[in-house]
Amino acid sequence: MTGKKIKLSKVIEQFNLKIECGEQFLDKEIKGGYVSDLLSDVIANCKEGYIWITLQGHPNIVAVAVLKEACGIVIINNRQPEEETIKKAKKEKVPIMTSSLTAFELVGKLYELGISG
Amino acid sequence: MKGQIDKITDSEVLFEQEFKINGGDFINAGESSSKLKNILKEIGINTDIIRRLAIAAYEAEVNVVTYARHGIMRILIYPEKILLTIEDEGPGIGDIDQAMQPGYSTATEEIREMGFGAGMGLPNMKKNADIFNISSIVDKGTKLEITMNLNDKNA
Ligand SMILES: Nc1ncnc2c1ncn2[C@@H]1O[C@H](COP(=O)(O)OP(=O)(O)O)[C@@H](O)[C@H]1O
Ligand SMILES: [Mg+2]
Repeated sequence: MTGKKIKLSKVIEQFNLKIECGEQFLDKEIKGGYVSDLLSDVIANCKEGYIWITLQGHPNIVAVAVLKEACGIVIINNRQPEEETIKKAKKEKVPIMTSSLTAFELVGKLYELGISG
Repeated sequence: MKGQIDKITDSEVLFEQEFKINGGDFINAGESSSKLKNILKEIGINTDIIRRLAIAAYEAEVNVVTYARHGIMRILIYPEKILLTIEDEGPGIGDIDQAMQPGYSTATEEIREMGFGAGMGLPNMKKNADIFNISSIVDKGTKLEITMNLNDKNA
């Protein structure tokens, strides 16, 4: 890919993602991306510094993101994180964004920008 | 070390810690595994071993939360290996061979909707462990033993 460093803040701005929490932690480089709604799959395959795209909004996504050291979570398809998820994410300093795009559309855009899996 | 192989678990414990896991607590499931990961990082364990052990620990922790009443996760670090045990009190597993099949799951629809219950937990533990042992007694509980070798040249 381009080898250019892409920050979370840039992706948020460019694709109009809504920041649900973690606005203090958006200055992170996105090292890659992973998309899945199966937690075992994410635990096995997501890598450190990756942006995780999912339609799950329940609190355990935060534990998964913390364990995998994901740079942030994007919940797609207009889905909303639960209140408890936001509470946990704030505590654990995990940025959560939401998008009206589908997983396919968002991943396509991220890939085009130079983020790969 | 030769001639002491059968006494290997008697070698010096460098570090030991226990974590309590509560059945049904899906909100905090995985936190013990994250704490464990941070400890291993601080100690300076090889990153590939940490990555594999964290995957196994999370899956084991989630299984206790999903299927058992409560459990204890224990980490023991020896000079030559890391031993992670997860012991729970719960329904146990009647057919371990079946439970080990990729995709086999008894998780409820509600749990599957949350993204759990893919039936990959036990297979992924086995895949990521250097040595994986499972024993279970129905209506009593399940015990998992995950060993990571620290002195492998390619580790
Ligand atoms: N600690 C446990 N206590 C009782 N049953 C368990 C335990 N761990 C696993 N099982 C059984 O083994 C099955 C397979 O487990 P696993 O491979 O982790 O997949 P999943 O949790 O996604 O179902 C579970 O659906 C459950 O029936
Ligand atoms: Mg499981």
